[in-house]
Amino acid sequence: MSLIKFQNISKHYHMGDQVVRALDGVDISIEANDYVAFVGTSGSGKSTMMNILGCLDHPTTGEYHLNGNNVEVMSANELAEIRNREIGFIFQSFNLLPRADALSNVMQPLIYRGIHLKERKVLAMDALSRVNLEDRVDHLPSQLSGGQRQRVAIARALVTKPSILLADEPTGNLDSKTTIEIMKLFNELHSEGHTVIVVTHEAEIAKHCHRLVEMKDGKIFNDSMQQKVGAS
Amino acid sequence: MWFALMESSRSALSSILAHGFRSFLTTLGIVIGVASVISVVSLTEGLSASIGQQIQSLGTNNLTVRSYTPLEDRMKGISARLSNDDLDLIESRVEGIASITPILFAHRASQVKSGSNTAFSQIFGTTYAYQDVEQLYAKKGRFIARSDSLTRRRVCVIGETVRTNLSLPEDPIGEYVEVAGEWFKIIGLLDSKGKMLGFDQDDLVILPYKTMQSLMGNQRRSDIQIQLTVADQAEMENVRERIRTLLRAEHGLKAGDADDFRIQTAEQLSETFNNIINTVTVVVGGIVSISLLVGGIGIMNIMLVSVTERTREIGICKAIGAKRHHILMQFLVEALLLSLIGGLIGLGLGYGLGALIAMSIPSFPPISIPLWAVVMALGFSGLVGIVFGILPAAKAANLDPIDALRYE
Ligand SMILES: Nc1ncnc2c1ncn2[C@@H]1O[C@H](COP(=O)(O)OP(=O)(O)OP(=O)(O)O)[C@@H](O)[C@H]1O
Ligand SMILES: [Mg+2]
Repeated sequence: MSLIKFQNISKHYHMGDQVVRALDGVDISIEANDYVAFVGTSGSGKSTMMNILGCLDHPTTGEYHLNGNNVEVMSANELAEIRNREIGFIFQSFNLLPRADALSNVMQPLIYRGIHLKERKVLAMDALSRVNLEDRVDHLPSQLSGGQRQRVAIARALVTKPSILLADEPTGNLDSKTTIEIMKLFNELHSEGHTVIVVTHEAEIAKHCHRLVEMKDGKIFNDSMQQKVGAS
Repeated sequence: MWFALMESSRSALSSILAHGFRSFLTTLGIVIGVASVISVVSLTEGLSASIGQQIQSLGTNNLTVRSYTPLEDRMKGISARLSNDDLDLIESRVEGIASITPILFAHRASQVKSGSNTAFSQIFGTTYAYQDVEQLYAKKGRFIARSDSLTRRRVCVIGETVRTNLSLPEDPIGEYVEVAGEWFKIIGLLDSKGKMLGFDQDDLVILPYKTMQSLMGNQRRSDIQIQLTVADQAEMENVRERIRTLLRAEHGLKAGDADDFRIQTAEQLSETFNNIINTVTVVVGGIVSISLLVGGIGIMNIMLVSVTERTREIGICKAIGAKRHHILMQFLVEALLLSLIGGLIGLGLGYGLGALIAMSIPSFPPISIPLWAVVMALGFSGLVGIVFGILPAAKAANLDPIDALRYE
């Protein structure tokens, strides 16, 4: 049984008379501990794909099974539970809480699990040292560089020990040096057993991944395994 | 539950503090509402406590009979009155009276002179029985005697305040004061009774009853007041009814006519005051509930703004696993805290204001805040927070995660 299974997933937006097919009948299966890169031109539906994968958005039609469970029949609270436990989301624009310092940002998902402050601190400190930010825990996002912000966001995604990491252009706003650091981190996470799914524009990043999915006009255009390059 | 409440309070507090000034303005409506109710309640409660005590000290066996003219008649120039005949009637025909005395007031507060000093004082004529009815005795000299009245002697008994106002010696017995152009010899100085409801009870000059009558001239027109004590308090109502029947007959009132007099007890007096105070409290309560309503709308307004401002944050929280109730709770607790903080500030402010007002009015009794007022003030502000916070909180909780995340 696949970890993730899309069956004929479509996402349509109605803009006036026009119908935008952001996703148009996508079938894909992703196994546990896969390392997948989604590539494709702008507007090809990658982010839409990720949002549905991450249970943030609903497809217009089609079926999505996660761990064998049909996501479409789940309630809003069950989906929140899945986002909290199974999925770690990393966004291009970081999406940190602006008024909370790095530590609080990383602790936030643990609140929704009912973990007490003391334990939250320990877990969040672990996650932050994992991304080498032990010395920036009391900084607000506005007091951090772009790379540091993204590392905080990664720590926040990791702290709940999710099985799936979803990263939508995680390095889109970062320089090449930071990009390499972050990709190294993803490689590590993958080798630790996480399922890692990355959306990217950059060939540099895509080549780290084991499986390359090319998208075009809301459809999967090419799906191939690739030679492992620059192993961690 | 406790955990959720703690976490929500933590984040609510930080967001309230993050917009310190705005939060303060938001909660100002609540602050003003609670402050006004607390200051008024603290003043009226202090007042009614001290009135209660003072009225009890007046004696519960006392009855006062006075004439009463409805406003309508008064405007027509008709005025009811009580006469000496009424007094004689009551004295001879009502049983169970321990002591009874007429009081004849000078038409208005009149001048008292001594040498170059002039003072305005309450001047009235009464009999020796007055001291038994009012439990008011002379501390120096003696009270008016029966013979003083019969022979219309030009003597008087004065209160402590009059003595000070006229700069009379500690022992004023034998001194003379001038009232209405006549000279009166001071024969007694009264025990000091202090103030009641702001009225100085020691500011009085008592003349013999008949002396006062002759001083006032036209006896036919004079209107007296009758004070009496009942021997047995259980007989109070009977005595009262008897007096009423007698006076109605004497005044020729027909079955449908209203009484042209009033018979009052100390208890009624305190009831009257309590009614006034309750009315004040109700009126203030009405004003306050309006201001709490306005305060609540202010909170709702700012909370709605805050939900809109934080749409993206809400989206982030949902993306990392916040459920509906997490978000609902966070905003609800924030509204609740806002109004509770307002309530607390209002409580302190109201107490200070009440104390300040009480201090600035001479002889005003000390304020007291009953527990129910504190509980109600905080309860109501909390309620306002919840009632007006629920809509913005529900709006936040119902946001779609992806829409909220995309919100610019
Ligand atoms: N909320 C929306 N309303 C209407 N159309 C939308 C909405 N979101 C996405 N689309 C459309 O769906 C299509 C796919 O968008 P999507 O964001 O998935 O593209 P993408 O592959 O992530 O592009 P990029 O590489 O630029 O991020 C686009 O044509 C876009 O205009
Ligand atoms: Mg995109």
